[in-house]
This record gives sequence, C-alpha cells and structure tokens, in this order.
Amino acid sequence: MEKEKHSLPAEKGKNYRSREALFDRIFKPQVITLSNGHSVIRRRSRAPLILLLLLAAILISLRMTGFNLALIIAKFDKLLDLFVKLFHPKWDFFSKVTGPLIDTIKMSILGTVIGCLLALPVAVLSSTNINHNTVIVSVFRFILALIRTVPTLVIALVCALIFGLGTFAGTLAIAIFTFGIVAKMLYESIETIDMGPFEAMEALGANKFQAFWSACVPQILPVYLSHSLYCFEMNVRASAILGYVGAGGLGITINERIGWRDYNGLGMVLLSLFVVVVAIEFFSEYLRKKLS
Amino acid sequence: MAEKLKNLEQAVDKKLTAAEMYALRPRKWLLYTAIVLILVLLVGWSGSSIHFEGLTVTGREVAKGVVSGVTHPDLKLMFGNGDTDVPYLLLQTMAIAVLGTLFGAILAIPFAFLASTNIMPKPVAYLFRVIILLIRTIPSLVWALMWIRVTGPGAACGVITQSVCSIGMISKMYITAIEDLDTRILESLDAMGCTPFQKIRYGVIPQLTASFISTTIYRFDINLKDATTLGIVGAGGIGASLVQCLNSRRWAMVGSFVWGLMVLVLIIEFLSTRVRKKLARGQ
Repeated sequence: MEKEKHSLPAEKGKNYRSREALFDRIFKPQVITLSNGHSVIRRRSRAPLILLLLLAAILISLRMTGFNLALIIAKFDKLLDLFVKLFHPKWDFFSKVTGPLIDTIKMSILGTVIGCLLALPVAVLSSTNINHNTVIVSVFRFILALIRTVPTLVIALVCALIFGLGTFAGTLAIAIFTFGIVAKMLYESIETIDMGPFEAMEALGANKFQAFWSACVPQILPVYLSHSLYCFEMNVRASAILGYVGAGGLGITINERIGWRDYNGLGMVLLSLFVVVVAIEFFSEYLRKKLS
Repeated sequence: MAEKLKNLEQAVDKKLTAAEMYALRPRKWLLYTAIVLILVLLVGWSGSSIHFEGLTVTGREVAKGVVSGVTHPDLKLMFGNGDTDVPYLLLQTMAIAVLGTLFGAILAIPFAFLASTNIMPKPVAYLFRVIILLIRTIPSLVWALMWIRVTGPGAACGVITQSVCSIGMISKMYITAIEDLDTRILESLDAMGCTPFQKIRYGVIPQLTASFISTTIYRFDINLKDATTLGIVGAGGIGASLVQCLNSRRWAMVGSFVWGLMVLVLIIEFLSTRVRKKLARGQ
C-alpha cells in the first residue's frame, strides 16, 4: 500500500511528460519557483508560432490568387455604379418576379419536408446513445459527412442533367442537402437528451420501442422542428441560386438579368427575395423561440 | 402557464398519486394536429407545381456516368502537379477561403461593434443590422457576378466575394459575443483607475478573442465549401473545372474532382471542430 502511494505521483509525472506536446519539448516551459518552494510551469506562448504560420499561409494565398487591392480600389467606382442601379429597382418588373419567387418557395418547402422526413430515422440510427451498434453508427455518419461535402450546386447540376431542367431537380437537390444537414444536427442533439426516463420505462417493463416513443420522442420533437425550420430558412436562400444551373426558381431570372446587364431588374429581384427571406426568418425565429 | 403552475401546486399540496398526475398531463394533441395539418397543406400547395417528368433522354446515361466516374476516378489528374490538376486547384480553393475569411473577419469587426445595442445607440445599431441583413441576403453567386466586373474573372474575384459575403454571418456571431460582454470586469478596472486603453486591453479583448477566433474558424469551414461553387461563375477554384467536366461528360475527371473535394472538406472540418472544441474549453 505504502509503495503504491509513493509510486503514483512519479507515474503521473512520467505520463504527463510523454503526453507533452511537441511544441513544449522544443521550447522548454519556464519553471518559476515560488517563495514557498513549489514550482510552477509556465508554458511558452504559442501565439508567435501561430502568427508565423498564418503569415506564411497569407503570403502563399496572395501569390496563388493574384489578389490586388490597388486594382479593386482603382476600379471600385464600377461596383458603385452597379449598386446605384441595384438601389433603383424597376418596379414594373415585379410581375415577372412573382412566378419564379413562388416556385423557389415551393421548391424549398417540398425539399425541406422530404429531407427532414428522411433525416429523422437516420439521425436516430446514428446517435450513439440509442443505437449501440458502432458499425452502423459510423457507416451512417460517414455517409452523412460525404453528402455534406458535395456542394449543393453540384448536386443540383447532376439532378438537372438526370431529371431535366426545372423545379423537380431543384427540389431533389434541396432534399438531399437538407437530409445531410438536419440529420447531423439532430443526432448531435439526440446525444444530449436525458436518457433517465428511457431507462426508467425499460425498468418498468416497456419494450425498447415503447420506451423510445414515450421517453425520447417528446424530448427530440421540439429540437427536430427547430432544426427543420432553421434549415428551411437556409434553403430559401440557397434555392434562390439553384436556378443558375437550370434547377428552376429565381436563379434563372437572376442569371438572365445579369446576362442582359439589366441591373435595375436585378435590383427588383433581389428586393423581393430580401423581403421574403426577412419575413420567413422573422417567422421562423419566432416559432423557434416558442419551441425552445 | 398559470394553469400549469396551479396543477403543480395542487400536486404538491394534495400529494396526488401518479395516476392522478397522469390524468392532468399536458395535452398537446391540438398543437400537433395543427402542425401536421399546416404541413400537409403546404406540401400539397407546393407539390402541385413540382412535377416529376421522368428521366431525360440521356438521364440514365448521366446517372451511370456519375457512378462510374466516382468509382473509377482519373488518377493521373488526381495526383498530378500541373496547373489544372486536382492538388493545385484544391490549394487555390483553400487560398481563396483563407484570404476571404481573414478579410471578412477583419471587415466584420467594425460592423459588429457598430451594430451592438450595448455599445451604440439603438437607432444606429438597428441601421447597421439592416445593412448586415442586406449583405447576407444577396446570394454569394450574385456578389461574385458583380465583383467580376471589377476584378475580372479569376481567383481574386473569389477572394473579394468571400470577404464581403463572410461579413454577414461573422458579424452576426460577433454581435452575440459583444452583447454578452461581462461589464462588471470593466467596472472593476474603472475602480482600479485604468485608462480606457487599458480597459480595452485587459477587460474587453480577453473576453472576445476566443469566440472571435472560433467564429472565424467556423466560417473558414463554410467558405471552403462555398469557394468550390464560386468557380461556376468564373471566380477561381475547383468549381469551374468540376462543372466544365460535368457539362462535357468526362466522368473520370468528375470523379477525381469530387474525391479531392470530399477529402479536403472532411479533413478541414475535422481539424476545425477539434480546434473549436479546444477554444471552447479555454485552452
């Protein structure tokens, strides 16, 4: 017993040394001896190293992108010209905006609903506290991560190539994108729920499904709805540009206006998009506050 | 709410049994049916104009091509070191994201301070919030198309586009950090007789740096994904080549671009999550 007591601190110290970061081994931490004989380790600041790396990254990036601030300042008046036109929207163009705008909203509603419905079972299956099979969990998580890495526009382009131009391709792209994001956010929230009621119900003799239904679902449901609303907000914004690759909605109009250099018309399109996005954001924020 | 409290009090006072409590449980079926009904109506409304018209003539071929491209990527393109090969394009995409995020993070600082209600008077703060909202609503592709007229096509356009687009989200998260500032620290510094500069150096900056850096890293994650799509309008990065290959149906090349993209995004996401976790724990 006595021996163990003595060996413990030494063991701890050894462990600590082996787990020391590479940085601390190169730049030895400063040891300050206090007046009472104790010594305190003060690690060297990592800020200089990080700043050096960041500076190198910036220099390399500047060379690779050929970014030139002087050129931008010199030609900035071109952008200002554009902005002046954008802020004088062509009001009678509104009648041509409403159709695509409603299409965009419809695309995002349907895409969000489909994506969220698909996401629920997958999220439940890929949360470690409900599904104890690590193989299934990691497979589902890997698939979700892969889906999230592919840009929405690329998904939309592939869908448009397969299913033809139009709103269906856009809806599908949004559904896939929503599925990836909502499932991830949901399994992260499911892992934080209180599993006490679930265990209590199992102890009372409920089977797994009954316990899950009455103990976990009430905890998951508000979070799920709130994530879905948040995703819907994002989707309205995202679906506005899907038309750029031919997937229907407002993007087609935007692309057309820019192609014709009709920036007053573009101003009108952006203004209506702004109003719709703000309205939806306010509504969804209100609902999400109610839910939480 | 009041009714709930009354029920709870009753339960505590009269020591209701479990069965009686169960009879008093909150009933939300009306709310749930309303939600479901609204959802069904919305889906019905939007489903009416979105039609499935079957595959296009070449749809089957495209689907097959994508699958074969992803399973048989062009390895020469994937590991080559020329200007049009995957590693160079990925590096360029990253360069765009690095500069865009950095400039955006710096530009967002004045916006965030000007839009915080605890620092600026309310009218000014709300004015800047509307400006931030405006910046956020214009899709990044539209920003890119506008900036292209200034910088010309190329990676520089991607950088300036991302710098502007990042302002919206970054300053929104900065604002929350600023509004959560603990002012008691400033008061105690005041009591110690600190100058305004010292108050900022020792009272404000230490409170903000961790969350500012965390936000910036998070935005870098997003910008990296965004930078891949900006290429579609000619703003540099991997997107342009990817879309060109998709449109000209060179599936093996598509496969190698997609794999490169996936690996890069996954690695960056993993690293950024780790760093942000460390920052959140205060290390």
